[in-house]
Amino acid sequence: MRADIVIVGGGPAGLAAAIAAAKEAPELSILILERDNELGGILNQCIHNGFGLHTFKEELTGPEYAERFEQQLVGHNIRYLLDTMVLNVASNQVTAVNSNDGVFTVDCGAVILCMGCRERPRGALNIPGLRPAGVFTAGTAQRLVNIEGYIPGKEVVILGSGDIGLIMARRLTLEGAKVKAVCELMPYSGGLKRNIVQCLDDFDIPLLLSHTVIDIKGKERVSSVVIAEVDGSLKPIPGTEQEIKCDTLLLSCGLIPENELSRAADIKIDPATNGPIVNESFETSVQGIFACGNVLHVHDLVDYVSEESSRAGKSAARFVKKNEIETAETKNIRIQKGSGVRYTVPCTVRIANLEDDLIIRFRSTGVFKDSYIDVQFDGEQKIHRRKQIITPGEMEQVILKREELEQCIDEITVSITEG
Amino acid sequence: MNQHYDIIIIGAGVSGCAIARELSKYDAKILVFEKDEDVCCGTSKANSAIIHAGYDAKPGSLKAKMNIRGNELMTKLAEELDIPFKRIGSLVVCTDEALREGIEELYNRGIANGVPDMKILSCEEVMQMEPNISDDVVCALYAPTAGIICPFRLNIALAECANQNDVEFKFNTPVTKVTQIENGFLIETPEGELYSNAVINAAGCHADEIHNQVSANKLHITPRKGDYMLLDRSCEGFIGHIIFPQPTSMGKGILVTPTVNGNTLIGPTAIDTDNKDEAPLTSEGLEKVVLGSAKNVKNLPLKQVITGFSGLRAHEDGGEFILEEVKDCPGFFDCAGIESPGLTACPAIGEYMAKLVADKLSLSKKQDWNAICHDVIKPFELPEQERDQLIKEHPEYGRVICRCETITEGEILDAIRRTLGARSLDGVKRRTRAGMGRCQGGFCSPRVMEIIGRETGISFEEITKNGGDSKILLGRTKDES
Repeated sequence: MRADIVIVGGGPAGLAAAIAAAKEAPELSILILERDNELGGILNQCIHNGFGLHTFKEELTGPEYAERFEQQLVGHNIRYLLDTMVLNVASNQVTAVNSNDGVFTVDCGAVILCMGCRERPRGALNIPGLRPAGVFTAGTAQRLVNIEGYIPGKEVVILGSGDIGLIMARRLTLEGAKVKAVCELMPYSGGLKRNIVQCLDDFDIPLLLSHTVIDIKGKERVSSVVIAEVDGSLKPIPGTEQEIKCDTLLLSCGLIPENELSRAADIKIDPATNGPIVNESFETSVQGIFACGNVLHVHDLVDYVSEESSRAGKSAARFVKKNEIETAETKNIRIQKGSGVRYTVPCTVRIANLEDDLIIRFRSTGVFKDSYIDVQFDGEQKIHRRKQIITPGEMEQVILKREELEQCIDEITVSITEG
Repeated sequence: MNQHYDIIIIGAGVSGCAIARELSKYDAKILVFEKDEDVCCGTSKANSAIIHAGYDAKPGSLKAKMNIRGNELMTKLAEELDIPFKRIGSLVVCTDEALREGIEELYNRGIANGVPDMKILSCEEVMQMEPNISDDVVCALYAPTAGIICPFRLNIALAECANQNDVEFKFNTPVTKVTQIENGFLIETPEGELYSNAVINAAGCHADEIHNQVSANKLHITPRKGDYMLLDRSCEGFIGHIIFPQPTSMGKGILVTPTVNGNTLIGPTAIDTDNKDEAPLTSEGLEKVVLGSAKNVKNLPLKQVITGFSGLRAHEDGGEFILEEVKDCPGFFDCAGIESPGLTACPAIGEYMAKLVADKLSLSKKQDWNAICHDVIKPFELPEQERDQLIKEHPEYGRVICRCETITEGEILDAIRRTLGARSLDGVKRRTRAGMGRCQGGFCSPRVMEIIGRETGISFEEITKNGGDSKILLGRTKDES
């Protein structure tokens, strides 16, 4: 098989990348390889609304948002294969398997990684206790409810205040379940403010900050969990234990970009994001392999995924067309994370490749109130923008104009400083 | 169920199943009772998965003899039953000059027990073999015959082989009472009663309860709990051998070892408990595992932990395997106190116990016994051409269900359809590894449930994690009900 661009994953990132690449270079053939039996990725199980406010200026459900993109595939030089698992990736060849073609390789000019992320499972959280049925990650529960039509539990405790956990608190409540508490280890929520309000506050579900689950009871099915408050070093405080009767524990404790293929391809991974290190074109450390969406860094809004992936798709198309993307010899400006910043995407910029603005997305290391987002070029302050509240749960961005960037020689630093 | 058997075996762990397979060589009507829904549900499913070389046990003890013989037999058994087994060798690491003598003592014990090819390695030699070994290493005992095995496949394959040679299995059936009667035994279960000429007690942590029903010489088994942590396959190569600390009276200590599937396993702790059926992980236990493993191995990538689990060892007060006909109850055979090195010893235990029972009942050998049993076909472990042919003929081997471990629908179907096939998520997991990877079944469990439902006719709502009341779902959504 042969395609100019192979896209690994047909979720929101893969769809947006494919369409943008096709628009940029209609002559190129684009192939999406999707492991599930339909396109759309995790959006298919996100039946709540709130998607598309930035992209379409209206509120859509997940499946509707995916459909808007799927419709755009028509008329472009884009093919896709479903139920197809990619086994190996290199810059000019992708190996995959499905039941029709068996194991096959696709020779290609570029690859865009759009594998998304997975949820951190119970085992990785080291939660003590027994191992009965009734412990689910929030996303698995979401699939069981919204795709399969079954409820995983009737009395529920949720550990972690990630967005999917918050959404599922509301979803299960609407299905008649009693969500007894959402416990969050950190002193702040990991999810969007609007989800706290709409999914917990509106349904009187308590959010217990600085709390964790210290025991799971029940031999066959969960019968209760024990929660406790934690101290400043996140250790449970003796005497604060509280046993809550429940049949289900949902986990919403973080998402991990799925970069096993990337690692096997020797792509450099940023330990802060668990995603590839990319430049302004969303190109990874391996030339010709691009990455975007949640495989790159975990996003809170799909709109940002689409926007970012469009740029990645466009860059990949320009790369395949050659000469329209400058390669490594050009000057690289490093983007440094300063104080208060956990990571930035991208990590380097080659100004020659910028068409217009550079968007730097980042997340904070903690909660900052009445503070400033600072950007420095080679140590000299360029942006000093006040922000009322910055939390790790909400992605931040700064936009730099190309002509401004011409002044920068070596290094851009993004930091958060207290007011 | 009012039937008569020649032999009843209580317990379908590795010991019970190894005995069942050996006895299936004879002309006899044999039934294995298991209280859980599947084989390999107790001690056999949660252990270090090590085939020990045999230097630990006291010379002359049954533990020592069974360990050495079991280790010897394992190569052939693994070939016959298609069990992943690698002799990677073990290192008992000494990190304190004052304890160097202990290594020599172990070496001498190994010699007395008949362990082949052991060597005491210098600090430099150990560091060369294991770059991630602790900087404090003084010396180590190297035993090349130690190995790692898939404990699930070992147990399952022993049962499959016994079953294909006409041994019957009854799951979800606890034996509630054993009574000696004239010419045999009355066995009572919630499903009814039956008769047997001989009984083999391989009930793991519960073996004392069964034994004490028929004998005046009481046994006492303490469940000794051990917590473990399993690291992702991305750590493969971090360590190449089984790394033990020096042993103590509570056992062999917290080890670090690769698994046959490329994960890294650390643990176990050793804590005596009084609960034979539940083994909860504790944060203290996990902490001990972390500290203990760090004593011998540096820079362990603990961020790569994908799961923790806990197992129970059946520790009898005497600290020795009990493999014998009960003196005051002829025809009743104990296979009790099978703690470490029980997994290693199981082929030897099978051989030894089967001989005792066959002699007692004067059994004669069958003509047509079949030693061979095949594992689930794993397309991605086949040579390219065979793999492609397999997918062409059976497209379900091209449909990946478990992403993390690359397990196909074909493998899951095989696990369900084969003899003594899987009926639960854990049953599928232990036979195929679907759900054993880094997402721990997050993506694949609903899909595996669909396949189980389709194949077995069990309704989606009735599918369990591991039998009993361990249902995954508790009802339909409002739209669907």
